[in-house]
Amino acid sequence: MKISKKEAKELLHTMYQIRAFEEQAEKSYMAGKIHGTMHLSIGQEASAVGSISVLKPTDYIIGHHRGHGLTIAKGADLNLMMAEFYGKENGYCRGRGGSMHIADMEGRNLGANGVVGGGIPMAVGIGIGLKMQKENNVLISFFGDGAASNGAFHESMILAHLYQVPVVFICENNQYAMSFPAKDWTTSEQLAARAPLYGFPGKAVDGNDLIAVREATKEAVDHARNGDGPSLIVNNTYRWRGHSKSDRNRYRTQDEIDEWKEKDPILRFRKLAIEKKWVTEKEADEAEKQGYADIESARQFAESSPEPSVETIEEGVYAL
Amino acid sequence: MREITYLEAVREAMTQEMERDETVFLIGEDIGEYGGAFQVSYGMLEKFGPERILDTPITELGLTGAAVGAALVGMRPIAEIMFMDFTTLASEQLVNQAAKIRFMFGGNATIPMVLRTPAGSGTGAASQHSQSLENWFVHVPGLKVVMPTTPYDVKGLLIASIRDDNPVVFIEHKLLYKTKGDVPEEPYTISLGKADIKREGTDITIVATSIMVSRSLEAAEKLAEEGISIEVIDPRTLKPLDTETIVNSVKKTGKVLLVHEAAKTGGYAGELAAVIAESEAFGYLDAPIQRLAGRDMPIPYNRTLEYNTVPQVENIIEAARDLAKLRV
Repeated sequence: MKISKKEAKELLHTMYQIRAFEEQAEKSYMAGKIHGTMHLSIGQEASAVGSISVLKPTDYIIGHHRGHGLTIAKGADLNLMMAEFYGKENGYCRGRGGSMHIADMEGRNLGANGVVGGGIPMAVGIGIGLKMQKENNVLISFFGDGAASNGAFHESMILAHLYQVPVVFICENNQYAMSFPAKDWTTSEQLAARAPLYGFPGKAVDGNDLIAVREATKEAVDHARNGDGPSLIVNNTYRWRGHSKSDRNRYRTQDEIDEWKEKDPILRFRKLAIEKKWVTEKEADEAEKQGYADIESARQFAESSPEPSVETIEEGVYAL
Repeated sequence: MREITYLEAVREAMTQEMERDETVFLIGEDIGEYGGAFQVSYGMLEKFGPERILDTPITELGLTGAAVGAALVGMRPIAEIMFMDFTTLASEQLVNQAAKIRFMFGGNATIPMVLRTPAGSGTGAASQHSQSLENWFVHVPGLKVVMPTTPYDVKGLLIASIRDDNPVVFIEHKLLYKTKGDVPEEPYTISLGKADIKREGTDITIVATSIMVSRSLEAAEKLAEEGISIEVIDPRTLKPLDTETIVNSVKKTGKVLLVHEAAKTGGYAGELAAVIAESEAFGYLDAPIQRLAGRDMPIPYNRTLEYNTVPQVENIIEAARDLAKLRV
């Protein structure tokens, strides 16, 4: 898959935006500015950006609880996103959803999900709907290695194959379901090998290699768009931070974390892009600087945004 | 007017809505060639084809989630769960997803889906195919819960539920499927949240749900011969509840008997009792609010035991007679 210079710079910029958003989220949380919890995706940027970059704007995604990166990659308004993280009225969900439920319906991001595996059954139905609507749009359904052990996964794969839905299932194997190690029960290759048993293609990919992720996703998206049904991709990656704010990292070693930091997906793509002359060193620096600046302005927007008013508390429970 | 069965009324409502609106489709187990476990969708596969009558393998969670997802992108799915007992398998998608998505997304999404399911005992299907679990769903903000009794009501309420932009749990009763009644041929709606006074009376108000409405009407007939005048109210939708109709009736009669098939403890009658006790009707009560409900036990297989587990016409007569004598 060819990458234009402009595109390469944009991919790098988006990855930096994600990194900066997550770092800012952590900082704001540590500063006591955030009421709830958060699940950071630092280290998984290539999986989010690489896969979503092959979608058309009219295509859809549905995510998991570690969804900040996916949301940014799908083109979210960073101000509205940060405002939602801060629980503000002008956030994407009017402060009702927070980090775990950010959805951008206009941007065709059908939301993060607080239940592990909760989005997978819905993905099948979204696929059914898209097929009936005949507009040739596809969906990427993201979930983690934790969800792959869930019963919802099994039922959904069976239905996805039965109805030949235009859905690409992407399992982001970040090696731990909260604290439970994937290596104790499976590998990315084993997870991908399930797909042919359900009746469709599956592939394990180095999830820290943006190019590999893009190519695998493009193939699966084309497959779906051609009416050939679902696929499963397993992006093998790693989350640098703990599961959530309660994590003490007791289940893994610092050596292991450091080893994966050496495989930083952003530095890896940056290096490649400079080598291939898609971007200059200076342009890469600009992408980084711009990414952090975008997030800083989103932080300011969020912090100066209004709190929801208690008078509106029950709005949105029912459609009237 | 034309008379059809409750079952035919459900099928007619779905058929007419599918003819009117191409976003409406059916998904469920054995709803295709088999016609559904109770034959509710019989013939619909031939009429609408497999693209809109989605027969599934045994995947209650999967098919319910598929309905939620399709609704999220603008479709109007009707999911059938073969027995209400199996909503336990589907409840993650119903309770955590369907009920909450709109609110969690700041009011920016709608989930216009219906989950139809038959509840109730009386068929010898024993403990895992006979439950009435409506109150679990009544307790979940974001869901609407509908429980119709007559062929007329089931058609109008199902059409209204399909057109509603919220997830609706639509509870039918197996023993009502073969009951007959007058049903207009053309499509019509009955507003969710509107109770119906099924019989007017002056001495006691009975608020009953589903098949207990029919049994209460039968009981009221007998009690009339004894000079006890019963008013029977069917809330029809448990959520939202038409409080006004119930409160007004209790103010008139001064006595109320609440009847449902579901187990008594934690059942809907507790909610109704609280609504009445909190209302202006409290001051009009001439006797304590009474509940008559299923025993707090699983439904047994044996015919006699099963019969004695949930309220029957004679139990309602007895409870109403006792209440007629009761004073504060």
